[in-house]
Amino acid sequence: MFPRPIAQRSQAAQWSYAALLPIALILWLLPLLGIAMTSIKPASDLASGNYFGLPTHPAFENYWSVLFDFDLWRYIRNSFVVTIPTVIGAVALSCLTGFALGTYRFKGNLLIFFLFVAGNFVPFQILMVPVRDLTLRMGIYDTPQALILFHIAFQTGFCTLFMRNFIAALPRELIEAARVEGVAEWQIFWHIVLPLMKPAIAALSVLVFTFIWNDFFWATVLTTSADTRPVTAGLSSLNGQWVAAWHLVSAGSIVAALPPVAMFFLMQKHFIAGLTLGAVK
Amino acid sequence: MTALPDAHGPKRSWWRANQQRLTPWLFLAPGAFMFAVYVIYPIAASFQFSFYDWDGLSPKTWVGWGNYAELWGDRNFIISLKNNIIWLVLYMLAVPAGLGIAIFLNQTVTGIRIYKSLFFFPFVISQVVVGLMFTWFYAPNFGLFFKLTEWLTGTGTAVLANPEYATYGIIAAGLWPQIAYCMILYLTGLNNVAPDQIEAARLDGARGLKMLWYVVLPQLRPATFIAVVVTVIGALRSFDLVSIMTGGGPFGQTRVLSYYMYEKALSEYGYRMGYGAAIAVVLFLIMMVFITGFVWKMVRDERGR
Repeated sequence: MFPRPIAQRSQAAQWSYAALLPIALILWLLPLLGIAMTSIKPASDLASGNYFGLPTHPAFENYWSVLFDFDLWRYIRNSFVVTIPTVIGAVALSCLTGFALGTYRFKGNLLIFFLFVAGNFVPFQILMVPVRDLTLRMGIYDTPQALILFHIAFQTGFCTLFMRNFIAALPRELIEAARVEGVAEWQIFWHIVLPLMKPAIAALSVLVFTFIWNDFFWATVLTTSADTRPVTAGLSSLNGQWVAAWHLVSAGSIVAALPPVAMFFLMQKHFIAGLTLGAVK
Repeated sequence: MTALPDAHGPKRSWWRANQQRLTPWLFLAPGAFMFAVYVIYPIAASFQFSFYDWDGLSPKTWVGWGNYAELWGDRNFIISLKNNIIWLVLYMLAVPAGLGIAIFLNQTVTGIRIYKSLFFFPFVISQVVVGLMFTWFYAPNFGLFFKLTEWLTGTGTAVLANPEYATYGIIAAGLWPQIAYCMILYLTGLNNVAPDQIEAARLDGARGLKMLWYVVLPQLRPATFIAVVVTVIGALRSFDLVSIMTGGGPFGQTRVLSYYMYEKALSEYGYRMGYGAAIAVVLFLIMMVFITGFVWKMVRDERGR
């Protein structure tokens, strides 16, 4: 193990490590802690200059206010409306593409695979004008479908990379044996490969959920109205209205961050397995 | 070779004979179609649009290399390009910083798992929220950072209002989640370092930095590769933070290409889609240098399997 386990070191080293850990964590999360604290301060605290102390009383009404007086709940709903179908669509499509590229050897396999991989890295701006134009011409500008369709297509690149590598690592004998038995190819996919892909599907679902929930660029490019804008773009426009009403900005930020954070803590193992794919040989 | 007709008739047997060849294409079709429509075609279309003057509504006018010639003399474009380079260079700090934190946290004391997740936390949060957090952190008069500089130097610095420092302030905000990402990559990598090699090296007297450099880092190469890839891409994609924290200001000094492109193509002062597309093409070509390198390495690894 590297570095040497602290348990093998002197008592003093162990104590200082134990002391250092929480200090480092607090420093690391300082911006977050500050925002969390500010989000439960009554406006009067900020007005009287109480920026760093504890709130005079916990003002949970800030949350109520951003959610209902400023309709943040709507943006949250919009985010779910976009995110959930995207997750389903991207994961489903990449199960298919991943199976095709991971199981079969055919001419063009690697080329197609690396097109997906490369497409996944391109800057969004090179897609922006044509995608916006296409969306307008399809008559779905400023609707959830505009975002859902684009996100599914774009995420398919990343998801294919993931699924293909996952499937390629499955034991080939399983598939070969089924072929010898005369099982049709689509049945091999449905009955043999798909059940084995559950961990990959779980990992991708949480990752794509987080990516899409946190998307800001496409939300601003493809939607404009409060009825369709996801929470990232909504928060940005509310921030303009709130002009440094930091108790509201903070509460809004916390609310917007909550769903992916909850997802992360609930599915931590899958989340990290997905992100670190390829980080070990 | 002709397929013999079997009990299911000729059609079925044709499918039998060819299904292994055709199945992959059928499975690829839906995903590839979506990807072609929304990713491949738009890239080509952007290249095309960059040769036109177009407001998005009225007919396009061909201007040849006009947009690119204009870029050359556009001061704001040069500033954006310069800022992109600063982003790229400073963002790379996320890799060693992530490694440092990963080494710090790679222990087995009680509760360490919670510490690891909490250190990773910033990556899960939307960049919009990260941007707002740091705006608060830097806020003039009461922001923690402002107070800190006031305490250290006597006069507080409002980072985001200062044309000289604002870009660095935004980059620091971007580094926060990026370091977390690199950290998690390295934690996973460190988890898989061969313990026998470490022990052997330890017996040979290797320790500390020497051990890290000669024994541990070579084994962490896959993690380093991914960390570099995601950091380069992240640096060049920087849009959210600039948009939230400064909107390109003060005096346009924090623009980056991704943001400037958006501004030009969709600003309130008239849509210049062609000019925006030209900026996007430049950004794309810069990114392509890196993408080609990464994909090249991945292809080599794939062939070497």
